[in-house]
Amino acid sequence: MKGRTLSRHFRESFKSLGRNGWMTFASIGTVTVTLILVGVFALIMTNLNKLADDIENDVEIKILIDDLAGSKEERELLAKIKKLPDITDVKYSSRDEELKKVIKDYGDDFVLHEQSNPLRNAIYVKAINPQETANVAKKIDKFEYTAEVNYGKGKVEKLFKVLNTSRNAGLVLIIGLLLTAVFLIFNTIRTTIFARRDEIEIMKLVGATNSFVRIPFLLEGAWLGLLGSVIPVTVVAVLYYNVHKSISPNLKGELLQLQSFSPLIYQVSALLIALGVIIGMFGSFISMRKFLKI
Amino acid sequence: MIQMKNVTKKYSNGVVAVNGISVHIKPGEFVYVVGPSGAGKSTFIKLMYREEKATTGSVIVNGIDLSTLKNRQVPQFRRNVGVVFQDFKLLPRLTAYENIAFALEVTEEEPTKIRKRVMEVLELVGLSHKARMFPHELSGGEQQRVSIARSIINTPQLVIADEPTGNLDPDTSWDIMHLFEKINAQGTTIVMATHNKEIVNTARRRVIAIEGGIIVRDEAGGEYGYER
Repeated sequence: MKGRTLSRHFRESFKSLGRNGWMTFASIGTVTVTLILVGVFALIMTNLNKLADDIENDVEIKILIDDLAGSKEERELLAKIKKLPDITDVKYSSRDEELKKVIKDYGDDFVLHEQSNPLRNAIYVKAINPQETANVAKKIDKFEYTAEVNYGKGKVEKLFKVLNTSRNAGLVLIIGLLLTAVFLIFNTIRTTIFARRDEIEIMKLVGATNSFVRIPFLLEGAWLGLLGSVIPVTVVAVLYYNVHKSISPNLKGELLQLQSFSPLIYQVSALLIALGVIIGMFGSFISMRKFLKI
Repeated sequence: MIQMKNVTKKYSNGVVAVNGISVHIKPGEFVYVVGPSGAGKSTFIKLMYREEKATTGSVIVNGIDLSTLKNRQVPQFRRNVGVVFQDFKLLPRLTAYENIAFALEVTEEEPTKIRKRVMEVLELVGLSHKARMFPHELSGGEQQRVSIARSIINTPQLVIADEPTGNLDPDTSWDIMHLFEKINAQGTTIVMATHNKEIVNTARRRVIAIEGGIIVRDEAGGEYGYER
């Protein structure tokens, strides 16, 4: 194909957008509404997912060190734990620090205990993969000088179960919504092509090759998708920016945080644009095939 | 120019529209194809520009054997055969000028040459002043003239017309007919399917009559031969 033919195709695709007026408007409208839904839903789902991750990552193992262990044994135990491959965030906390924490959490009544601290030195550890917490805890429990290994047995398993179920439900929902969006956009494009099937036939009858007919339609599909994603991208960005701005300060220092604005918003925008453009082109391609056979 | 041998066409629904036609049309001829509706006229015509493929037999147009022509070679073939339809088949969202230019754009011709050639044929069909109008802004006769201009833009040696005056009033039909005669006078072969008794009986030419999928009459300077 010659360069001027390609530029002709670009020109034709723009011209056709304009001359098809209402059809163009209606298609862009459908794409817009669909993509807004997808965008908002994607934001909600990523944040719920983040929430689940935050909760999960907060699960830690607390190892109480046996009173019989001297500082040398304690150091050895710490070293052994640190050597485990699937752990992270190892923290040593002396009995005094432990007591301070208790006092901070439960009040000054416990200050009395400062004279004779009943607590033990402790080590805190997290599993790299939170779902492996129980296994890691079991391994550590076998080490010498560990008096107790706690990770919230029973509760943690239940929590993980709930989180996993909700993650899967979210996944099913997002896939369902994506498929619906694909279907809706595809159908819109198909309607516009169907309305113009006579044109395709005429072009073929006066000697146009398939690609000569096809390329302007593919480009037009791409523009419909692109133009249809402009408003959704804006809406999603503005919406999330404001939600983030008004909610985030209230969550300062809390365990749960909103997914940060960037790069999330760029990823969602890219998803929306890609969805619009790719399905716009692909939809044109598929819908035209039948009418090119003449 | 056109050579058919024992051509049959059976549609997938079982209808046999053409049932053994052999015919030879020489370069420069002007041929009417007549016959009642449903006699196989349209199929006969469609076989000539490969909108339909013959089931058996051979169709040779412009020296090209259409029975062995590959799908991807069809566009190239169609550029050398002008086709005019009863319903004009203009692209509704393109102006008269753009409709005509389209048939040249598909050949990837240079834009300056396209412009020059389109203005030429617009002049020939007498529509230079309506170049920028859309089909729906033109009368039936004007639309048909645009479509004729499109059919000859590539200077084909053969123009096929399927009831080109079927949607037009008598006066306009004659205008269109004169246009075809003008094109024929320049040496272009014309095959025209028609129901127009007056034209066939007045502007006497070779007449091929088709009934029941076969040629029942083929005579030079013949009559229309039907009541309407």
